[in-house]
Amino acid sequence: MTFQPPVPPGPTSPPVPALSLLGLAKRFGDKIAVDGISLDVPAGSFYGVVGPNGAGKTTTLSMATGLLRPDFGTALVHGVDVWQHPLEAKKLMGILPDGVRLFDRLSGEQLVSYAGLLRGMDREMVASRVAELLAALDLGNDAGTLVVDYSAGMTKKIALASALIHAPRLLVLDEPFESVDPISAANIRDILDRYVASGGTVIVSSHVMDLVQRMCDHVAVVAGGRVLAAGTVEEVRAGASLEDRFVQLVGGRNHTEGLEWLRTF
Amino acid sequence: MVAHLLRLKLTLLRNSVRRSPWQLIGLGIGTLYALGIVGVCAAGLFVLRGQEIELAQTVVVLGGAAALLGWAIIPVAVSAADMTLDPARFTTFAVPMPQLLAGLALGGLIGIPGLATSLVALATVGTWSRSLPAAAGALVGAALGVLSCVVLSKVVTTATAGLASSRRFKDISAVAFLIPLVLTGPIVAGIARGIAGSGDFLAGLARTLSWTPAGAAFALGGELAAGNYAAAAAKFLIAVATLAALALAWKVLLQRALVTPPYAGTSKRRTGGAGLFRLLPATPAAAVAARSLYYWLRDPRYAGALVVVPLLPVLMLFQGSQSGFYGPFQFVGPLTAFLLAWSISTDVSYDSTAFALHVATGVRGADDRLGRALACLSFALPVVLIFSVGPFFFTGDWDKLPAVLGLSLGVLFTGLGLASVISARYTVSVPLPGDSPFKKPPGNVAQTLAVQFGGMAVLMILVAPEVALVAAQFITGSTVPGWITLVLGPVLGLALFATGVRAGGAWLDRRGPELLAQLAVNR
Repeated sequence: MTFQPPVPPGPTSPPVPALSLLGLAKRFGDKIAVDGISLDVPAGSFYGVVGPNGAGKTTTLSMATGLLRPDFGTALVHGVDVWQHPLEAKKLMGILPDGVRLFDRLSGEQLVSYAGLLRGMDREMVASRVAELLAALDLGNDAGTLVVDYSAGMTKKIALASALIHAPRLLVLDEPFESVDPISAANIRDILDRYVASGGTVIVSSHVMDLVQRMCDHVAVVAGGRVLAAGTVEEVRAGASLEDRFVQLVGGRNHTEGLEWLRTF
Repeated sequence: MVAHLLRLKLTLLRNSVRRSPWQLIGLGIGTLYALGIVGVCAAGLFVLRGQEIELAQTVVVLGGAAALLGWAIIPVAVSAADMTLDPARFTTFAVPMPQLLAGLALGGLIGIPGLATSLVALATVGTWSRSLPAAAGALVGAALGVLSCVVLSKVVTTATAGLASSRRFKDISAVAFLIPLVLTGPIVAGIARGIAGSGDFLAGLARTLSWTPAGAAFALGGELAAGNYAAAAAKFLIAVATLAALALAWKVLLQRALVTPPYAGTSKRRTGGAGLFRLLPATPAAAVAARSLYYWLRDPRYAGALVVVPLLPVLMLFQGSQSGFYGPFQFVGPLTAFLLAWSISTDVSYDSTAFALHVATGVRGADDRLGRALACLSFALPVVLIFSVGPFFFTGDWDKLPAVLGLSLGVLFTGLGLASVISARYTVSVPLPGDSPFKKPPGNVAQTLAVQFGGMAVLMILVAPEVALVAAQFITGSTVPGWITLVLGPVLGLALFATGVRAGGAWLDRRGPELLAQLAVNR
């Protein structure tokens, strides 16, 4: 095997980031979706990626996780090159992609078991973990229902369970809280917090600034396929709220007058 | 308001065509096809003008009743109801009910089926242009009849909307509709023989129907032509009452539907459990096989193939009994082998972007290929064996069994191997997950045809040795080539199967993300 196992952080070498992106770029036809993104996600961090619609968040995360081949640049997961050694890198990652379908003619329990078995896990471990995951995500009662009959929030949760089953060192979650009810969202946050506390790394993308400010310790603001700001949440928001800072960085608020008639009813 | 709704329908039609040139081509082909049918029907109706009244009346009334039946059944059966002007979308606008109904009914006439029905109905005026009252009666009857068709179709679709939007009904109806479709030949032949045997029966049926809502409207012209003014008046009342009753039923149903959104019956499956995932060995390939098997059972796009396969010998036996020549029937085994093996050549396309799970988990390409092929093989092998041996009980030509059996196995294994390579490399446009198998798939039709026909050509080359040997036996009558086929088919087939799984797997390992990107285009 040619790849180097991740070097344990010693006093001489800096710690290896959980995810390290270097000059990632992707073009779709005439449109440059991602324009050279470089980002280091420290191991053990809870990292938020925020940006307006069409900023290139999903494209970037797809390239970082081996779902979409970049035109330029590299992505390293705990020092393993995703595009040189995809199998090794994918073992370290759990992925919740946004905007892809699931094998939704399986029941919830079957779908999560399938994800575990595809990763070569043994039967007993899959069975016990599936039961625990479904219970933790409040899906125990719907384990036997086909995923096609799930609501949007339940579908998100079952996809999350599929990403967690093999106990990855890095979780990449694209819009994990979309259409998830507040109770489940709080449960998911608890699970993720405990996961980070025990040394795991989480990357989430989101539109909801408040959520990111409360939940994450690091954040990157992405717009137009570039990183506008990155660092700890405190550094990026620089005293203001993350939402205000985001609007300031990205721009594009229109303060147009008009719509007076809307007040004339 | 009515004009507004009609304009909206036209705008929607125009915009759907503008989305891509393929839509326009599809519409063009549909129009040509409809024009052909309309032309034939209209010509027939004009010819009837010279025939005696009794015959013309029978044809027109039965045709009208058939049209009514078609408008009632087809939209529900193929879950292809025209929902461009779905009444549910107007709930937030305060459109008065009478205008909404009139607009939606007239809007139903815009589109290929509506226009075709209208044109054929108008052609009945030609049939009855024997006197002024008859022609006028036919015109009124045609208008009433066509409107009844449209409104009846609306009543049926509104009444079944709750049912039809439930996933399970859609799944079952789409698959069940395939059965009459596949058996069209025998059914039409049976009906034709029945008609030839009993011309009087049809005339009687038409007479009866003309007094019922089903045929009254289209009987007007004929009654007036025959001079039965009293009967014509009665039938006119029946036709008007029918339309009024249908409109009332529609109004009531719609009023109720607008305030009670369809409840898409959540089908709880309490059985639970990991099912096949627990029964099969805990390896990635077996997991893929278990997943594929569930899709063969639960996804109508796959299950449709399973319904058609048992009908295949029925169809070919029927053809044999019609012609007295059982030659093609002997080859039902190889044909089934081809159909089943080839069906997995679109496997990854059927996955659509759910295939992302395979890419994300980094499952080895060969495991992916092997799992899908084994799932298909698990039921295809017994079916093909039975279908290969079965016909010889009818023909008794047992000398040819080894050849046919060898050919079947050769085609099955070779086909699976080739399909494993093709679906690892090329995507084709198929109906999306959850869509009706009859729905026209989005995407590039030209590539689909190129991949499918190119693949079949390659398959023909790969099974050429078996085909040549079978041909040799049929020509020379010697049994030696047949026995060679029985050995060569499975051996060569299995070798090609292993090669295909390995080559397809390697391709998948290298190009998984690119394949996923191709799939994402058509989601």
